[in-house]
Amino acid sequence: MAAVLHSAPRIASNEGVLDALSAALGDMLVSSKEEHGEIVLTVKRDSIEDALRTLRDDHQYQQLMEMAGVDYPGRAERFEVVYMLLSLTKNHRILVKCNAAEDTPVPTATTLWPNAGWLEREVFDMYGVLFDGNTDLRRILTDYGFEGHPFRKDFPLTGYQELRYSEEEKRVVYEPVKLAQDFRSFDFMSPWEGAEYILPGDEKAEDGGEK
Amino acid sequence: MSEMQLDSSPTTTGEEITNYTINFGPQHPAAHGVLRMVMELDGEIIERIDPHVGLLHRGTEKLIEYKTYLQALPYFDRLDYCSPLAMEHSYVLAIEKLLNVEVPERAQYLRVLFAELTRICNHMLNIGAHVMDVGAMTPNLWVFELREDCMNFFERMSGARMHHAYLRPGGVHQDVPLKLLTDIGDWVDNRLPELFGDAMSLVMDNRIFKQRNVDIAVVSKEDAIAWGFSGPMIRAAGIPWDIRKSQPYEVYDRMDFEIPVGTNSDCYDRFMVRVQEVYQSAKIIKQCLAEMPEGPIASLDRKVSPPKRGEMKQSMEALIHHFKLYTEGFHVPAGEVYVATESPKGEFGVYLVSDGSNKPYRCKIRPTAFSHLQAMDMMCKGHMLPDATAILGAIDVVFGECDR
Repeated sequence: MAAVLHSAPRIASNEGVLDALSAALGDMLVSSKEEHGEIVLTVKRDSIEDALRTLRDDHQYQQLMEMAGVDYPGRAERFEVVYMLLSLTKNHRILVKCNAAEDTPVPTATTLWPNAGWLEREVFDMYGVLFDGNTDLRRILTDYGFEGHPFRKDFPLTGYQELRYSEEEKRVVYEPVKLAQDFRSFDFMSPWEGAEYILPGDEKAEDGGEK
Repeated sequence: MSEMQLDSSPTTTGEEITNYTINFGPQHPAAHGVLRMVMELDGEIIERIDPHVGLLHRGTEKLIEYKTYLQALPYFDRLDYCSPLAMEHSYVLAIEKLLNVEVPERAQYLRVLFAELTRICNHMLNIGAHVMDVGAMTPNLWVFELREDCMNFFERMSGARMHHAYLRPGGVHQDVPLKLLTDIGDWVDNRLPELFGDAMSLVMDNRIFKQRNVDIAVVSKEDAIAWGFSGPMIRAAGIPWDIRKSQPYEVYDRMDFEIPVGTNSDCYDRFMVRVQEVYQSAKIIKQCLAEMPEGPIASLDRKVSPPKRGEMKQSMEALIHHFKLYTEGFHVPAGEVYVATESPKGEFGVYLVSDGSNKPYRCKIRPTAFSHLQAMDMMCKGHMLPDATAILGAIDVVFGECDR
């Protein structure tokens, strides 16, 4: 590995941790890697709760600091749920992951950490990942009555609804988004670096310019 | 229903009193922003609290996915607007970790110096607000004087009082004038201890203040760990956990400071931990000022940080670098990192996923307040209604960050 030049937080050494944890998780583990100084363990979805319990009880990862959802629309199971664990005693952090699709619930971690409740609610709200066993899986950050899961990659940045205060009706009204100008998405691909797109007009060259 | 309670009340002509539910917020001076809490009360005793967050949700994480790494930086100022530099800090460190880029020493000292000044600035607001939430007016006005001083320093540092956008991947935006550093040193030596000491002398041993805070919302060590507490909340529980100390970043490993911890884990301890942290931050600031070397303030890697203006007038390559950095931005190697720093409110983390392009694929922000606010129900249960404001004040929530 290249020498560490950056000045990001220096946790305890990763040496041997990956092997030890991989061995401990056994056949619950799908894959494991160490990149950019982060240990990432991918676990089978159905055994995520057991894996987290093993890490918490036997390997001193006492705190669940954060949970993140990530959307990879190209994959068969498009969502990834990432658990960031912190060990106060070993002074170490690891990332634990599992994959999920829209219709495959992930076992809840609320049985292990009480603060998993809101974290799971947030992943559900933003991505629509379901958590089996979470008794309070309501939306958390979006508006009351919001539809859809805004952080999915296929959800437009502008959303579908906008709201304003209507002077006539004396209340806030919801309306479909109307933009005076299209969303400006620049592409920064440089033609000198081998951009992989067709410039407007190039398609004419393909069919030999014939009518 | 407890045995002490009568089936019928003498004051309500025999009508039975049932639990009732009230709304705390969304607009309430003690809610520190837009927080709606649905409280179920039995008389004045809190039975259950259901905080509704998200009223300030702006979709920051989604917006960041559509911006280059540099364009996304100012969003971080707008998360916790009481400690903007601490927010930027996690983000730039996450980028630097992916890029594995070296930050020059002077930039590291500048970052630490202003991060600690931000901590003082943040604690001034929280200490003042907490004191005011439980009924005292004067100390708040005094510590706001100090906050104003901090803001003036920040203005001289970056040109902006709140939204600095001062930390950049690879270093800081610009060097600071020497006079600013000497003024900060002067302020830390004279004005801060004097004015802050005076303000705190009004509160720390005040009978009313203690009655409102001591033994309110006691959280055991086990609970603090299980609920994912961090920052002053976990230190008040008696766990000496401080990321600056245990996982030092930048030049914190060279700094000599102590971690104040609480003994009783109540609101008063949380308050006192913050008071002591102000003095520790002052200590770090003094060390930074004494040890800060001369040198570049940003990485010399021109693929990450832009060249100087003067250089651009002379060098074609510098001009190209500048153009590329401010249109396309830099590309970050694919991978994922979770970087957490000790923000004044606790652990502020950034989980950054890069796909190798010039925009983050995913940027998950770990707000400090999320775990703490979630524990409101656990902490408030059995306390009186007015205690809720003290508990909320001691958590130190800012909704820009909680709701993102």
